[in-house]
Amino acid sequence: MSDIILSGRNLSKFYKQRSGKLGLGTTLVKALDNVSVDLRQGTTLAIVGESGSGKSTLARCLLQLQPLDGGEVIFQGEDLAGLSGAKLRAQRRYLQMVFQDPFASLNPRMRIGEIVGEGLLIHQLGDAEERRERVVRMLTRVGLAESDMAKYPHQFSGGQRQRIGIARALVLEPKVVVCDEPVSALDVSIQAQILLLLRELQQEMALSYLFISHDLRVVRHIADEVAVMHRGRLIEQGPVERIYDTPSEEYTRNLLQSIPGRHALAA
Amino acid sequence: MTALLRIEGLTVTPVNAPDRRLVNNVSFTLEAGKTTCVVGESGSGKSLTALSVMGLLSSQLKLAQGRVIFQGRDLTVLDNEAMRQIRGQRIGMIFQEPMTSLNPVLTVGKQIGETLIVHQGLKGQALKARIAALLEQVGIPASRANSYPDELSGGQRQRVMIAMSIACEPAMLIADEPTTALDVTVQAQILKLLSELKTRMNMAMLFITHDFGVVADIADDVVVMFRGEIVEAGPVASVLQHPQHPYTRALLDCVPDADGKKPLKPIDYAWLNEEVAA
Repeated sequence: MSDIILSGRNLSKFYKQRSGKLGLGTTLVKALDNVSVDLRQGTTLAIVGESGSGKSTLARCLLQLQPLDGGEVIFQGEDLAGLSGAKLRAQRRYLQMVFQDPFASLNPRMRIGEIVGEGLLIHQLGDAEERRERVVRMLTRVGLAESDMAKYPHQFSGGQRQRIGIARALVLEPKVVVCDEPVSALDVSIQAQILLLLRELQQEMALSYLFISHDLRVVRHIADEVAVMHRGRLIEQGPVERIYDTPSEEYTRNLLQSIPGRHALAA
Repeated sequence: MTALLRIEGLTVTPVNAPDRRLVNNVSFTLEAGKTTCVVGESGSGKSLTALSVMGLLSSQLKLAQGRVIFQGRDLTVLDNEAMRQIRGQRIGMIFQEPMTSLNPVLTVGKQIGETLIVHQGLKGQALKARIAALLEQVGIPASRANSYPDELSGGQRQRVMIAMSIACEPAMLIADEPTTALDVTVQAQILKLLSELKTRMNMAMLFITHDFGVVADIADDVVVMFRGEIVEAGPVASVLQHPQHPYTRALLDCVPDADGKKPLKPIDYAWLNEEVAA
């Protein structure tokens, strides 16, 4: 279909793990076992699963942050897995990432202006004046001020740092943004702010999100489609209502049943 | 019903800033066989409240005011030695991170046994039998006593922590975010286990959490904390269904529901400050 912006075909990724007595043997762990996913233009695809299910590996492999052992990633008509060097870097501008830990993902020695503007510099977009304008515009859009450009990350709260991380990803005007657990380190009141901000920005900038999360309540609110991962395999994918109302896999049903407060808070 | 634990006017301040009340005049009671959840966001003072009860405040902080009456005795005036007799024996504790709370170079059996040796003087076969019984009680095969923490999954480690905390059959259990680091299916199992143990052993449970979903699943009573103070307290059904305080209502509004029917509404702090002032 033409409206698919990012597509992973038969993705495989293996890790070697030491095993046996004294760790002399090795076993092959299938982090991704023949996984195929499609992300539609302008929508949010949530990848859900428990720890070790392969959801973060999938995101990293799609962005070519980790090499694949098999399969292809089609973005704008090109197989990213076959690209390298300058060609891959050129595509990276359109594929950005927002990370989980707003405390670990910002360089403590860089000012906010440098952090948000670094991507523009790397991709040589505009002259110094233009770059500054774009950084200011982006920071203001995510709820920060021009004066914040001269500050350092430690001067901000967790929620504000996540806004900085979002500004850094979006200043490049990407097409696809991978959000890896972007709200799981935040308090619930801050979480709601960031989720609404992400949703507004999606509409304004026609973004497509790949949203990695273990929190099924958050996913229900942000996702259009859901893909459920379990032990490296994608066991179920579909529209969010369909998956939540009539899951076809036993594993998915069990996952949904385990949502805390599901029954008590439903009323 | 008489209270097992009565917290009265608890106030915690930094040693060098006595005017900053991190916990301000907090009072509530716990009853045997009931779970009281203290819920709040980071910095609300919920963990400090639990630490004060156990007498484990850091040396940077001090209990400026208040009493903690447990089974008729004020814990705040006890010395370290007397307090040690109560912790572990009369009051069990479980923390968030099962990996950092366990010693990686000792088998889990040894670690469970430590409590039993110190507080009950058990040894030999009696000790072994008791360790095996405790493991089975939390749903781990007794043969796992010889395993090291890294050989267990996160959920099993938390079960070991629970076995340690109930080893001396305490009258009260304090659990500070015990399921926050766990996967959702494992969390559901651990919550169920804690509820069963609470009922079977008729313990009072003080359960600290930031998650209203967990509150709905496990609490009998709820205490909502905001900026160091209790803003609302009561039976779980009334607090969740008919919240009275504006903060409780606002906080419940930002919790995403599992059915996606409720629109997300972040807290409008300007509005809240006005409401609180009024």
